Amino acid sequence: MILFAADTPSWMIVPVALPLIAGLFCFLLSRRTFVIALLAVLANLFVVCLLVRQLLLFGPMRCQIGGWQPPLGISLRTDGPALLMLLMTAVTGLAVTLYARGYFSYRISDPLRAGRHRQQQRYFWPLWLLLLAGLNGLFLASDIFNLYVTLEIIGISAASLAALSGKPASQRASFRYLLVSLLGSITYLLGIVFVYRSCGVLDLDLLRDLAGNGSAMRAALALLSVGLLLKTALVPLHFWLPPAHANALAPVSVILSALVVKGSFYLLFRFWFEVFAPIVTTAALNFMGTLGAIAILWGAMQAIRQHRLKLMVAYSTVSQLGYLFVAFPLSRVVEGTHIWSIVIFMALTHACAKSAMFMAAGSVYLHLGHDRIKDLDGVRSSLPVTVFAYGIAGVSLMGLPPSGAFIAKWMLLSASFASAQWWWALVIMTGSLLAMVYVFRVMSRFFVNSEGSSGKQTVALSPLLEWPALILALIALFLGLLAPWPLRILSQGSIGLVQILSGGMV
Amino acid sequence: MITTLLYSLTGLILFGMGFFTLIVHSHPLRKILAVNVMATGVFLILIATAYIPLGQGEVDPVPHAMVLTGIVVSVSVTALALILACRVQETSNVDLLRERKRSQGTKESRR
Repeated sequence: MILFAADTPSWMIVPVALPLIAGLFCFLLSRRTFVIALLAVLANLFVVCLLVRQLLLFGPMRCQIGGWQPPLGISLRTDGPALLMLLMTAVTGLAVTLYARGYFSYRISDPLRAGRHRQQQRYFWPLWLLLLAGLNGLFLASDIFNLYVTLEIIGISAASLAALSGKPASQRASFRYLLVSLLGSITYLLGIVFVYRSCGVLDLDLLRDLAGNGSAMRAALALLSVGLLLKTALVPLHFWLPPAHANALAPVSVILSALVVKGSFYLLFRFWFEVFAPIVTTAALNFMGTLGAIAILWGAMQAIRQHRLKLMVAYSTVSQLGYLFVAFPLSRVVEGTHIWSIVIFMALTHACAKSAMFMAAGSVYLHLGHDRIKDLDGVRSSLPVTVFAYGIAGVSLMGLPPSGAFIAKWMLLSASFASAQWWWALVIMTGSLLAMVYVFRVMSRFFVNSEGSSGKQTVALSPLLEWPALILALIALFLGLLAPWPLRILSQGSIGLVQILSGGMV
Repeated sequence: MITTLLYSLTGLILFGMGFFTLIVHSHPLRKILAVNVMATGVFLILIATAYIPLGQGEVDPVPHAMVLTGIVVSVSVTALALILACRVQETSNVDLLRERKRSQGTKESRR
């Protein structure tokens, strides 16, 4: 039997194993780490595309590692949502890898601090590849205990990445981040204990059939959700996010904000709408929606009040995460897999647009040496590509057409009007308006040309620092036009999902 | 049945105590220890789940595997948290910084 043919599920191992091995090699070899990382990320993208092709041809697949069956062995599975998240991670990951190369070579070229930046670069590549392996594992795993392990891998590598810049503020933020992520995983583990005690299985597909209406399962779902919400930073639990994301190095902020919070959200969504769908009540959905609405407004208000560009972008992440949760109470109205398409469109657009925005903020920081919003004069004339990328990413965050966020918001609005829950529509529109305020507040500073600034000599940034941001921003903008394609992948999602969703509505 | 319940309740109490300490106390070392106590509580409940009285069938191996994995994770995360806490103490300890400045000052004055 051929292990790696066009129709065998063994390819699923590659996105998990390859970055892990490449990360180990990056750690052992101190030279050519960028080449190894780039090759690993490119190969990852290639294999993910192959998996998408497999899904379109053969439908959802399952891979039992070592031939062991579900109750004992580790198994991976692909379906529509998982593959779209994998694709998002692979594309954003490629852009981040290129950007990080440009970022570190720019900083190493400064002779004063070259040694320190060289060391930062040395630790960045292994940690980033480890994080990539963890994220891919999270999207593919089909067992709640393996999900716990991948969550821990993500937490450890993300906290170490956040501490990489070495500044006291970033170390404090990263210590807090590590503790919060630990608290989240321990709570999640306690949830697993409850699940195992009442069902005796850990596999997601087996759980879906067994999840009864007992109070133990409700307690389990509550514990799992609290653990994941801590990691996703929904509003009352968001306190750790802005300092950790804003004080990290620019490529690290991109990774943390675009990918890491999406991982735990994806898992939360899977639990609520797939595995534990029969025991989710309308009251609980409304509670999550309310928290999401508070997140949209509170995050946007805080973003408007910030004086530093990176903090502003970090608070914008808090606000944008709220939209993902507003979809919860509207899930009973939209039919079939539409709830998945809303959430996936929102997540994909946010991942691309927010990485573009953090990359632009990082380039501006490198160019000026600071990111105080009131002193951003004249950046437009020196960094036109970066400012263009920032503007386009801003358009996607506001949710103007043809961005993917526009489609998601449109579906949310129509669902809320159809079910006469107009207050969600009000929150969504206010959130978009506030997003416009914080995006334009910075944009207007970019275009100011103060008198003294024109004579200042600055080093030109390498194309690696400017173009990945622009390309990601353009992807986010045109995601709305490419909509049928992701929808086709989504509709290949597991058949059980559709059944459970329609069963949940009765 | 009583034994399982007793161990599980102890585990839950440990979890609660750890959580309380994590929220109330601000010292980094106490926070790290509190997280460890919480993890131990969860492991205790897991072990209690696997307990079956002697001669009444075989012990369930899955929780043991889970606890082993959990202990490995908890040890490595504790190491990472400790080193981060040390760094935070070093960089943000005002007394230490002042002392360093003073010693640097004396070095410069010697020159």
